[in-house]
Amino acid sequence: MQYETVIGLEVHAHLLTRTKIFCGCSTAFGAPPNSQVCPVCLGLPGALPVLNRLAVDYAIKAALALGCEVQRESIFARKNYFYPDLPKGYQISQYEQPLALRGSIDLDVDGAVRRVGITRVHMEEDAGKSLHEGFLDSARRSYIDLNRSGVPLIEIVSEPDMRSAAEAAEYFSRIKALLVWIGVNDGNMEEGSLRCDANVSVRPVGQTTLGTKAEVKNVNSFRYLEKALEFEIARQIEIVSQGGRVVQETRLWDSSTGRTQSMRSKEEAHDYRYFPEPDLPPLVVDAARVEAVQQTLPELPEARRARFVSAYGLPAYDAGVLTQSSEVAGYFEAAVAASGNAKAASNWIMGDVLRRTKEHDVAVSAFPISPESLGGLVRLIDKGTISSAMAKDVFAQMFESGRSADAIVAAEGLAQIGDAGALASIVAEVMAANVDAVAQYRAGKQQTFGFLVGQVMKASKGKANPQLANQVLRDALAEGAGQ
Amino acid sequence: MSSLSLEDVERIAALARLELTADEKHLFVRQLTDILTYAEQVQRIDTSGIAATAHVHPDQRVEREDEPRPSLGVAAALANAPDADADAGLFKVPRVIG
Repeated sequence: MQYETVIGLEVHAHLLTRTKIFCGCSTAFGAPPNSQVCPVCLGLPGALPVLNRLAVDYAIKAALALGCEVQRESIFARKNYFYPDLPKGYQISQYEQPLALRGSIDLDVDGAVRRVGITRVHMEEDAGKSLHEGFLDSARRSYIDLNRSGVPLIEIVSEPDMRSAAEAAEYFSRIKALLVWIGVNDGNMEEGSLRCDANVSVRPVGQTTLGTKAEVKNVNSFRYLEKALEFEIARQIEIVSQGGRVVQETRLWDSSTGRTQSMRSKEEAHDYRYFPEPDLPPLVVDAARVEAVQQTLPELPEARRARFVSAYGLPAYDAGVLTQSSEVAGYFEAAVAASGNAKAASNWIMGDVLRRTKEHDVAVSAFPISPESLGGLVRLIDKGTISSAMAKDVFAQMFESGRSADAIVAAEGLAQIGDAGALASIVAEVMAANVDAVAQYRAGKQQTFGFLVGQVMKASKGKANPQLANQVLRDALAEGAGQ
Repeated sequence: MSSLSLEDVERIAALARLELTADEKHLFVRQLTDILTYAEQVQRIDTSGIAATAHVHPDQRVEREDEPRPSLGVAAALANAPDADADAGLFKVPRVIG
């Protein structure tokens, strides 16, 4: 029997505010443990939460970028459960009335567009961090750092619209790129700024009702998400095809074993007993506020990709690579403005620029060669001042020194010899020094031509304009043959 | 009129991490049933046409600017903890996972 996989994702994303969602403590990552806590985020009795205005604006911004309808009124709710990194005994979240509903995001699946629905976007606070290993008494004690307690999050819940592990990874990757693009999240998955849980089920092809799902937690990289889902899909198909039933449960991905395993808890089944948070009034977002946030949204990746194709005549592939982040897209547009040659700028960026940013782990915004400077290099090539081959060396020097292409070409005397007269004298020298080769060529041995061109390039220290050198040499050889 | 069972009370106690004596369980069966009974009286009121109320002060827009304020400091934060590692600046609790 053929099986179909059904996947929905819940993405949790930190919002890039300076302070927590309900108090003025800093959200900076990496501070000494418990140095960024106060009565509110410690859950001390009597402390009251006050909502962070910017967190709301960022959540609205994300909701709009995902095409969601922002709700005029949303309600904060208490999600009750006990865990030591949740000091209040409840997490303030949104439940029955979330901030935003009904959006979508388009994926590129095997060259076709696949639209994944977004069920909802809601706001909540993060919990603290538990440390279970690394202390002398770790066998008996867990250690708790509450710096993360109260960091603002949005949870983005997708429809069960994905049909493979690869699609789910693509979805997560698109969500990340979009949130970073609009400036509400830093995309730092190592630091936990972006996390993902997956709901997975399988069903026989043709069946319309959903199979029993398992929730896979703890996947914080695209690769692990894909591997965890592949493992989980195979596990479920194995069970179902042997007549068994999938148990609805939470499973943890273990990257060291490459397996998901049941997070069997001795506790009772979760009963979160949600109820409206009495310490916070309903969140009212009127049309004017939505409109004001809408104004802060930059051109979104898809619109920019389409514009790069229509306005600059770029291939769709180039446009996709160049819109991987707003930094790259901005760098490209500045380089086009400086060079007037979109395809050349695109080639340099997709090749040398992005390769070096990866090799040297440097952000595009901090790349030593400014887009204006790259534009200057492209202009020198287009004018014929330097050859494409020489440009590679100039680029390397620009990267090392930060100097402009013009300055390097001038200082190193790299300008091509593009003057036929100057080349003619070099050609004459080379012919005089290689009488045998010249004779062979004239006797009909065409291959010798390449050798002679090489000698001309060498004699010019690589500065001869190759096309022109070819032409001058061919003419000189032809002239001599007639004598 | 609904009445809570002893099992209901035990389940609620477990969710709230409360250890109750047999006497307390019986006491709470009675008291919680009283509360439910009162809620049932309230539910008899006709509320058709009235939107669900999440808060008694609707449309009260209270938000703060995203301006950092001083935190407590590690020592003060840990001061009332039943157990802590002052050097590491961490709370200590009985081990949570197996």
